[in-house]
Parts: sequence; structure tokens; C-alpha cells
Amino acid sequence: MADATVSVERPGRLREFWFYFRENRGAVVGLWVFLAFLFVAVFAPLLAPHDPTLQYRDHLLQPPAWQEGGEWRFVLGTDALGRDLLSRLLHGARYSFFVGIVVVVVAASGGITVGLLAGFAPKWLDSIIMRTMDVILAFPSLLLALVLVAILGPTLLNAMIAIAIVLQPHYVRLTRASVLAERHKDYVTSAKVVGASRWRMMFVTVLPNCLAPIIVQAALSFSTAILDAAALGFLGMGAQPPTPEWGTMLAEAREFILRAWWVVTFPGLAILITVIAINLMGDGLRDALDPKLKRS
Amino acid sequence: MLKFLLSRLLTFVPTFIGVTLISFSFIRLLPGDPIIVMAGERGVSAERYAELQAQFGFDRPLVIQYWDYMTGVLRGDLGTSFVTKKPVFEEFFALFPATLELSICAMIFAVVLGLPAGIIAAINRGKLFDRALMSTALVGYSMPIFWWALLMIIVFSGWLGWTPVSGRISLLFYFDDVTGFMLIDSLLSGQAGAFRSAAVHLILPTIVLGTIPLAVIARQTRSAMLEVLSEDYIRTARAKGLPPNRVTFIHALRNALIPVVTVVGLLVGTLLGGAILTESIFSWPGIGKWMLDSIYRRDYPVVQGGLLLIAVMVMIVNLTVDVLYGLINPKIRKA
Repeated sequence: MADATVSVERPGRLREFWFYFRENRGAVVGLWVFLAFLFVAVFAPLLAPHDPTLQYRDHLLQPPAWQEGGEWRFVLGTDALGRDLLSRLLHGARYSFFVGIVVVVVAASGGITVGLLAGFAPKWLDSIIMRTMDVILAFPSLLLALVLVAILGPTLLNAMIAIAIVLQPHYVRLTRASVLAERHKDYVTSAKVVGASRWRMMFVTVLPNCLAPIIVQAALSFSTAILDAAALGFLGMGAQPPTPEWGTMLAEAREFILRAWWVVTFPGLAILITVIAINLMGDGLRDALDPKLKRS
Repeated sequence: MLKFLLSRLLTFVPTFIGVTLISFSFIRLLPGDPIIVMAGERGVSAERYAELQAQFGFDRPLVIQYWDYMTGVLRGDLGTSFVTKKPVFEEFFALFPATLELSICAMIFAVVLGLPAGIIAAINRGKLFDRALMSTALVGYSMPIFWWALLMIIVFSGWLGWTPVSGRISLLFYFDDVTGFMLIDSLLSGQAGAFRSAAVHLILPTIVLGTIPLAVIARQTRSAMLEVLSEDYIRTARAKGLPPNRVTFIHALRNALIPVVTVVGLLVGTLLGGAILTESIFSWPGIGKWMLDSIYRRDYPVVQGGLLLIAVMVMIVNLTVDVLYGLINPKIRKA
């Protein structure tokens, strides 16, 4: 006789998550590409064959290696100042990754705190907070970010601050909506009866149960942040030359578009692939974490 | 219904006040003294400084300054441009038709392609077409449109020589504005080839600006259709023996369109943001390029006024969508 008391343990949270995440093949591919992106961002100085700002004056606008006139020393060719494109792209991954992380952390932590506050606050404070968010959302986000950068001055740091401010209302709305849905559930009431303080209720009792949609939002705003930072760089209002930021590189390449396709094509491709990978991952996260939002 | 309308209008007021507060604080938040910035490298004498300060009202208490600003806004007075010395309000509405024309074309492009694509994908769920379409939509959704614009210029203007690179119409044609819409005005002018030139100039900017809305609409239509197609009343309709096309297009599509309409409304903000990039790349003389140029030129009254007008436009569109939504869907109205 088999032992009847064999307990079937509930799989760990991470295992369960991975089980659902793995089902979405696109998400797994996205995850691998994202990990590669992370690897490149961390080890760019070791991977890059050249210094990203070093100008080889004898090799201006040299085409990629496989094209006539190219050489394997500069695999993806060089730009108008003779800098190695591949090395610049590899270093560019660092800026994009940095932008994504900082923007998501700032926007999410600010947005979650304000959202929790709105969810627990008396009605008048809640109204003030939500109307303020409506005001921010009334402006097209890129325009508002541009104007904020105009106020703060065009640097990468200010661009990140501006993008974080513009993205933050989404977290506020999302958190508040989840809090309102959770607030009247029994476990919250019992926590209240036991005498949990307001702060404990907010951050320890309720917040963990609101995290799923917020994590999905974090993935999506990671890609938005990269796109917006590149757009600001492209418009000259983000990272400044000679920084090898992808958007800034595109701006510098603009005047050569009809003469040297590679200086325009590769930086954009780098942005596109990174953003697609992150969006794929976001879709997978949504399927795995939030069955309610699951795409049919 | 009236109550619903009134309640929506009431939420408009605080948001509007908030938007004016932001645009009001814009000039005052700028680092440095706006008058010194405006004077530029020439500098400014002490008397002139005091004169200008009185003219802009910077010497008075903030509350009074805001009051003056607000009453000015309500009268349509948004100040005058530092550069052109023309009223901001006038400049905005002179350039607005160009942006409107481009946005309408982009939206038509997105809806005309996105809606059928989403429907076909939903009907063929899981099949090759569906998967190919959703992958394409993902690419479109993730597209850095400023790069997309450059690629289009390389291929269609550079290699193929089919489309012009910038502007709204060839310089060979000249006629006065009637409606501000180049497509209509070129027809009205009666000049041979003018309409063709205007249309050709519109193609690339339309595609570039419409790409993200197209991807979003296709995705949204597909998921809305899938949801509706699994409802009981659809099964009933099928069981009654109605022709499949009737079930899809009459029974299902009607209800699936509701969330799609909302998304189209929400995309207007995206469109105006995208217009900044698209217009600056294609030298399209609209609001987006005007705002960007004004930021570069530090023409602050224009930035301030444009910011306010664009936000108000977005708010009006959102309000309209909200009301329309209530009209289509009685459930919302009651809630």
C-alpha cells in the first residue's frame, strides 16, 4: 500500500509563474533577447572591438564588412566621424538599459505610493490626486516630456526625469484601481480588526495583492521609456553627442541617410529589436501573472 | 442622458483649470529670468527691463498674474510670439489644419487597414494569417517612428524616387488657403497636377504617423472580436442558421466596435505626440513642428500657448469619445 499521507505540495510561486510564462513561446524568445541585451549592456567595454568615441580619420563612412569597400575591422562600418558603429551600438545598450531601469523604478515607486495613498485617502484627497493625474494625462506624453526637458535642460538625466513624470500617472491609476478592488475584501477587514496600522495595511497587507498588473505595466513602460528617450535624443533634447545613445546616433546620421544606409539602419534596428523583445516579455508576464487580463 | 452629459462636463472644468495652471507655471519654472532669456545676447537696459516686467506683469503677485492669465485665456488671448510678434492663438489656428489633415489621413489609414485585419485575424484565430498579422502588429507597435520615417525616405524617396521628402505640396503650385486642407484647396484651385502633388506629399507622413495606431487598432479589434464571438448570443445566432457573414459582421462586429471606438479616441493624444516627430522629419508645417521649433528658439509664449491649446484639444476629443461611448452603450450611461 502506498502511503496515503503523501502531501502534494503546491508548486512554488516562481515555478508556477515559469510554468505559465513558458507556455508563451514569444515571451521566452523575448526573455532570451532581453538577457542578451542585459549581457551586452553590462559587458559592453569588453565586447566592443573599439573605443566608441575614437575617430579613425582614414575610415569615414566606411560600409559594413560584407559590402564593397568594407573591412572586417569595422564589422558594421563606421560613421561620418570614422567611429566604429558596432562599438557604439554595444555601448548604446548601456544607456538604453539604464534609462529603462531608472525610469521604471522612479515612475513605479512614485506612482505606487501615490496610488496607494489615493486608494486609502478620504474622498476629497483622492479626487485631488486623480484630477491631477488627469491633467498630466491630458498632454501628449512626448510633448510634455519635451517641454519638461526644455525647462530642465537637455541632458539624458533630465530626459529620464521627464519620462518618469509622464509615465507615473499610469501607475497611480492602476494601483488605485487595484486597491479599491481589494480594500473591502475580508482579509483586509480582518487585518484592520487585528489593529494593523494604516501604513502596514497599505504596504504589507494590500500592496502585494495588487502587484500583478503593476509588474506588467513595468515591463511595458520599460519599452516606452527606451522609445521616448531615443525620440528625445533624436530631437536633440536627450543625451548629447558624442554619447553613443541610439536615438542621438540616429540624429547625427540623419544627413547621411541617402549616402550611407548603415549609419541610419543599425541604431534604429537596435531600438526596434530591444523594444519588441521587452513587449513580448510583457505579454508573457501578463499571461502568467494576471489570468484576468489573459489574451484569448 | 442630460445628467450623464452634465456630469462629464463637470469633470472637464477641474482638468481645464489644472491644464491652465501647468501652462501658466511653465514660463515661471524656467531657469533664469524669462526677460533676460528673451533679450538674448544683446542684453537689456534697466529701464527696458522694468518696462518689460510691467508689460508681462511679472512684478505683480502670482495670484493676480494667474488671474490675468486665466481671463486672457478665456478671451482667446495667449500672448504673442517672441519671434514673429503674432498672437499665439492666431498662429495656432493657421497651422492647425495641416496637422489635422495629416492626422485624419493617418487615422483613416489606420482604421481602414486595422479594422479588417483585426476581424480577419479573429475569424482565423491561431492560423497562419492570424499569427503573421499579430507579429506584424507587434513590430508596428514597437516601432520607433522617427527611424521608420527615415527608412521610408531611404526606400521610397531615395532608391525608388516615388515620393517627395518634405513639405505639403510642390513649390510649383501656389494658391490661397480656403479650407487649410491641402487636398481640398488643391482641387478648388483647379490647377492641373496640384491635387496629385498634395496627395503624393501626404503618403509617407500618413504611413509613418498611422503605423502605431494601425497596430493598436488591429490588436484591439482582434481581441474585442474574439471576446464577442465566444458569447452565447453569437452561438444562438449561429444555431438559428444565420449565414456566417451576417453573424460576424452584424451581430458580432457591432458590439466589438465599442472598445475599438474608445481606443481610437485615446489614440488622438498619441497622434499629436507622434505629429511632433513626423512633422519635424518631413518638414510638415503643422502644430508639431511649430512647437518643436519654438522650443529650440526659446519662443516661450508659443510653447506655453501651444501646450495649453493641444491639451484642450485632447480633452475635447476625450470628452466627445466619452459622450459617444455613453450613446452607444447604455450600460455606461447608467453607471
